[in-house]
Amino acid sequence: MADLGTVKTQFVTFCETPNELLLKSGEKLGPITVAYETYGQLNADKSNAILIFHSLTSDAHAAGFHEGDKKPGWWDPMIGPGKAFDTDKYFVICANVLGGCKGSTGPASTNPKTGQPYGLGFPVVTIEDMCVPQKMLIDHLGIKKLMNIAGGSMGGLLAQKWAIMYPESTESCILIATNTRHTAQQIALHEVARQAIMSDPDWENGVYYNRTIPARGMAVARMIGHITYMSEKSMDEKFGRKLMRKEKVGYDFSTDFEVESYLKYRGESFVQRFDANSYLYLSKALDYFDLTEETGDLIEAFKPAKCAFLVVSFSSDWLYPPYQSQQMVKALKANDLDVSAILIESSYGHDAFLIEVDNQSKVVSHFLQRFEKKSNAVRS
Amino acid sequence: MRLDHKLIVSAVEEGSKVLDLGCGDGTLLALLKEQKQCHVSGIEINEQAIYEAMAKGVSVSHGDIDSGLEDYSSKRFDYVILNGSLQEVLHPKKVILEALRVGKKVIVGIPNFCHLPSRLQIFFTGRVPRTKGLPYDWYDTPNLRFLSIKDFRDFCHKHNIRITKETAVLGNRRMAFMRNVLANQGLFLLEKE
Repeated sequence: MADLGTVKTQFVTFCETPNELLLKSGEKLGPITVAYETYGQLNADKSNAILIFHSLTSDAHAAGFHEGDKKPGWWDPMIGPGKAFDTDKYFVICANVLGGCKGSTGPASTNPKTGQPYGLGFPVVTIEDMCVPQKMLIDHLGIKKLMNIAGGSMGGLLAQKWAIMYPESTESCILIATNTRHTAQQIALHEVARQAIMSDPDWENGVYYNRTIPARGMAVARMIGHITYMSEKSMDEKFGRKLMRKEKVGYDFSTDFEVESYLKYRGESFVQRFDANSYLYLSKALDYFDLTEETGDLIEAFKPAKCAFLVVSFSSDWLYPPYQSQQMVKALKANDLDVSAILIESSYGHDAFLIEVDNQSKVVSHFLQRFEKKSNAVRS
Repeated sequence: MRLDHKLIVSAVEEGSKVLDLGCGDGTLLALLKEQKQCHVSGIEINEQAIYEAMAKGVSVSHGDIDSGLEDYSSKRFDYVILNGSLQEVLHPKKVILEALRVGKKVIVGIPNFCHLPSRLQIFFTGRVPRTKGLPYDWYDTPNLRFLSIKDFRDFCHKHNIRITKETAVLGNRRMAFMRNVLANQGLFLLEKE
């Protein structure tokens, strides 16, 4: 399979004064910049577009390579020529979410009113709020109806909300390793990560830009995150009780086990690439997510949705367990919607949505083929 | 094309909404979609079969038909099909009644456990039969329910289910007489008032 080669992030700005975006919290925010990438060609009647929503710590760079980078985008095995989201046929778009830190407006962006980074002055945003600038992007690109929207984990929350908020704007929706409301356990895990960041003395109530970043707190937050993304089995298979460059344990508090070293490495590398405040805001947006918030009932919540759905879950995912996907499927069916669903056997835990490429590709590619307009294929 | 598939495809009206319970690799649903322009969906428990069914362009959801029907609203489908899957469910009565609730018509295909070779094996060998259509050992079989064409008729009568059409099949031939002895498969079209 060929790859996409070098790709570039693009930027577009909406909601300039006085047309600021009214957020769910009642606050107003503007201007809002959206960072996005596109792969493949938009066909003549703009009927082959797919919008991909990223997960908590991912970004607009879903596939291909940035100039000089050795690592491709976060879902490169799934997006590209001949891959599940086949860029020979489809025009794939991925945008950084509102509140993020990879080019879209977020707490690290400059507040036009103060000339300083927003920090905690940034308004709290919800998943619903995140959908709005992305809809503006789709309108800006002149796309009236997407062929598909897709998202895993947090991306799946955006995709569900989108299918309900803009029912006429997509033919189909793929929801992977996601759920319809954040449960107490999910909120609790996020709260531990937030407390780790906020109790780091360098966090300084969010005013750390151009100073020392709260690196220790961020690293701990990421370590917790990584534990929740794996399963007990996948951790044991990967690390077992293997020691780190030693023959026997040290009887001290140095790094004994490989798993400790791995978590520390993951934590430290995360600090370099992600903004602590952004982590706080995004994790909070996830915790606020509850599709039944207004209707009190999941079937009622999906009522406005019109598109066809594919729901994918993974057997060992304990962060977004399969039973939550099954509840989603039940509610979609109760609305007489066209639903496909699969529970993929995997030992990789929540990370399976990034790792289980083969089986996921099979279902995604065949599902997408159903919505192709044959006469409008970009290339034959 | 398998004779049972051919008979089912011919029984279904064009453009119908069809749900296949235990749709396997989606062969029958794909035929109904292509030849009768039906709106098709299926429920299947086997992960590998789902990949094959999705490759045929049908909507399949992963699940157990013993617990999978309460999601659907009443009379949502024109036809619900249970072909070769009823003998594998834990609660056949519940599944049939649920199928009759969500479907206007229900098509049931059952293996006839009282087919002549089975009877002869029991009689002459004193062992539970293994035949071409039912090749499993007692300790390793997906079949939980053992019934004959007559048993199924009795069941329908007892539960006020109307059999509007009945066909019996042996391999690739239709059996017109002594069905409960000569046929290895029974096909029924059901309705409930």
